[in-house]
Amino acid sequence: MSITVSDVSRRFGSTTALHPLSLEIKQGEMVGLLGPSGSGKTTLLRIIAGLEAPDSGSIHFGDRDVTRVHVRKRRVGFVFQHYALFRHMSVFENVAFGLRARPAGERPSNAEIRDRVQHLLERVRLDTLAKRLPAQLSGGQQQRVALARALAVEPEVLLLDEPFGALDAKVRLELRRWLRHLHEEFGFTSVFVTHDQEEALELSDRVVVMSNGRIEQIDTPQALYRAPANRFVFSFLGETNRFGGKHQNGRLQQGEAWIAMERSNIAPEEVLLRPHELMLTTAPDGRAHLPVRVDAVSPVGSDVRVELTADWMDTPWLASITHHDFDRLQPERGSELYVIPSRWHQFAPESP
Amino acid sequence: MSARAARVLPGFSLSLGVTLLFVSLILLLPMTSLIGQLSTLSWSQYWAAITDPRLIASYRVTIGAALAASLFNALFGLLMAWVLARYTFPGKRLLDALMDLPFALPTAVAGITLATLYSRNGAVGSLLAPLGIEVAYTWLGIALAMAFTSVPFVVRTVQPVLEDLPGQADEAALTLGASNLYAFRRVILPHIWPAVVTGTGLSFARSLGEFGAVIFIAGNMPYRTEVVSLMMATRLEEYDYAGAAAIASLVMLVSLLLLLAINLWQGRFYRHLHGGRH
Amino acid sequence: MKRIGDGAATRIGLIALAVIMTTLFLVIPLAGIFYQALAEGMAPFWQNLTSTFTREAIGLTLLIALLTVPINLVFGIFLAWLVTRFTFPGRRLLQTLIDIPFAVSPVVAGLLYLLLYGRTGWLGSILSEQDVQLMFAWPGMVLVTVFVTCPFVARELIPLMQAQGSAEEEAGVTLGAGGWTLFRRITLPNIRWALVYGVILTNARAIGEFGAVSVVSGSIRGETINLPLQVELLYQDYNTVGAFTSAALLAALAVVTLMIKAMLEWHTHRREKTA
Repeated sequence: MSITVSDVSRRFGSTTALHPLSLEIKQGEMVGLLGPSGSGKTTLLRIIAGLEAPDSGSIHFGDRDVTRVHVRKRRVGFVFQHYALFRHMSVFENVAFGLRARPAGERPSNAEIRDRVQHLLERVRLDTLAKRLPAQLSGGQQQRVALARALAVEPEVLLLDEPFGALDAKVRLELRRWLRHLHEEFGFTSVFVTHDQEEALELSDRVVVMSNGRIEQIDTPQALYRAPANRFVFSFLGETNRFGGKHQNGRLQQGEAWIAMERSNIAPEEVLLRPHELMLTTAPDGRAHLPVRVDAVSPVGSDVRVELTADWMDTPWLASITHHDFDRLQPERGSELYVIPSRWHQFAPESP
Repeated sequence: MSARAARVLPGFSLSLGVTLLFVSLILLLPMTSLIGQLSTLSWSQYWAAITDPRLIASYRVTIGAALAASLFNALFGLLMAWVLARYTFPGKRLLDALMDLPFALPTAVAGITLATLYSRNGAVGSLLAPLGIEVAYTWLGIALAMAFTSVPFVVRTVQPVLEDLPGQADEAALTLGASNLYAFRRVILPHIWPAVVTGTGLSFARSLGEFGAVIFIAGNMPYRTEVVSLMMATRLEEYDYAGAAAIASLVMLVSLLLLLAINLWQGRFYRHLHGGRH
Repeated sequence: MKRIGDGAATRIGLIALAVIMTTLFLVIPLAGIFYQALAEGMAPFWQNLTSTFTREAIGLTLLIALLTVPINLVFGIFLAWLVTRFTFPGRRLLQTLIDIPFAVSPVVAGLLYLLLYGRTGWLGSILSEQDVQLMFAWPGMVLVTVFVTCPFVARELIPLMQAQGSAEEEAGVTLGAGGWTLFRRITLPNIRWALVYGVILTNARAIGEFGAVSVVSGSIRGETINLPLQVELLYQDYNTVGAFTSAALLAALAVVTLMIKAMLEWHTHRREKTA
């Protein structure tokens, strides 16, 4: 089931949560709505679900206009941020709720309900915990109950509000992969909200980056990371180092520090650099003169993160270098080094 | 249009309808009759009705006794809340349950019991009489009855606040070398102060209107031991409905202002303690 | 953990003071009721308890409670649902209005109804033309009791439902549940203890209400005397044992109320701990 959002807007009192925006989500796609808090991503998700009504615009599921269809009749699976499990019901009854709530004529028989719930619980690997109450489960297990409950009514659209927000890092990673598998297996269309760029980039077929009630960019994770549409998207998608200065004689200069470059018309006074785009050396060369002091070193994971300070920076920089480079340079707190940027990015200044 | 569609949960119209019907019939409609009755009075008649000397004496008695009762309850309630929130001891649950007795016990029952116990030949009164303390048929008896019926207010507003107070605050104060009393005054009291004031205010408001418990022990002597509620009842018995309505309007106004003040006070401290949110 | 006032002397001193004061102030009066009722032995107590007068008073008391509690239960649920699940203009005002019966003297409550439904009241005069008399009759006593006890259920439910939020109900709606299913299967199980508690408080007050009821009762023997009014009447007649017999009955009900309340609190406390 494809989802079409056309010119949807929403205000709460005097604040505009969503400026008119449009979005196409294809059948079977998994789309992440990514943005900081207050960007309108949750409002958009709730409007798609029917938990909020838009002030203007329309929502279509396939060809069906569902703008005025009550959430009860929309057939969406919704996974709430803190799961909203029915705390007084067992895991089994939670999952069975949607089936039992159907009007008498459409309700499956008890045996059928039992089979279907049992099957779903096996799917989410909770069949041994069917009799437990939600409070007796771990966060990850609760999350899986919430998913099974939403899937029990066989929705064509699955919507998830910060699905992994309340879980610790390890469980998060596991559940992410599992959700991806489930999505591919069941073939429904999924939309989820997150403020974690890593989560959005790993899970989604396409990512919708939002800020201040507007869509900043819609793209595949690769395209998004490689070609961010604007300064906001760039800085939201990863660690960002900023170099600001004045252009003179083919250099962007700030005090004693400079980078050799042509004058850019888009952003004449600043460049942005990712941590992995910084090379550390013991001497400057013709490409740049950026003297820095090492402030902290943390060898985490596949590369080493080095925090750098200097008088010409407004905020400290972060470089990530390979273990190979780390062994060669042996940087430690207080070491004096030079940065040579391998690449940089320039964007038009953000309009406030 | 979209605002109505936005109500996701069912039952808005039904619950609004039921509530408004109930509020109109049970609360608002009777109040219109008060206004109707008052409109039969001229300003000077109204003024005369609420400044009758015997009535003014009853204002004094009621407010004085209610003040004494609520101050007593502030201290007693603080003690009980502290003991129930901080200590464990055998019989604690019984003591805790007893705190609600004055709300569960009908006021008339409390009234005749206190009047009997504290009369000059009653079980307690006979012990106090040789000391020259007269409780029944005096101002003290009225205060006693008011205090009895409003015991739970301070206990039940302070107790949860004390229970929520994190233990680290205590420990921090004690590690800094503070004495018990000093630590209580500087660390705990500021925290529970709003609840104490709220509970005392509620206790005072309730005492002002108390009727059933008071009339038996008061003796109801004009100018000396009559309370305002009794004055209203007396006017009604004399079929002076306008006079009763005049007093009632004043009583309602004072009660509502008191309630409003308590709510505002509570709201202010709630905001204060929660960093401006809500 | 070390806490302020944990020293043995402070602790024992304060507990002792609390127990002594509670005994003087609350336990002795409670015991006094039963002592006075049985002061002349079992026989007069039993005689008073089984007299027609008492039986009629009990009947009326139960009738009032039986009508008041369901009315305020239904109203309390609707009001709590309305103010915790929706936002609309006038919501705060509504909540303040509901507190009025709490704030005013019960005599004022009785007076408001007397002015409205009494023979001189505008509604009362219309009704008396139809030969309907509410004042100085049991329907009037029910009405004022409904007024006096209307905040209890709602006041128990509103803070709880506000704290619980509506996420579970929203989840129910996305799963296709209709209004009644939603209430019965999701809301009700979550609020049932608060609901029972509210009913207990409403019931206790409905049984024990004196001030408001005395204004509209007219004290007609066998018709408009409930237990609290009977207590007053017998006491004024210097029938001390009789008054305290009915008082003991009411006090016994109060003790049962306290026991149920303590049990409920213990129950919810335990649930919170396991959750």
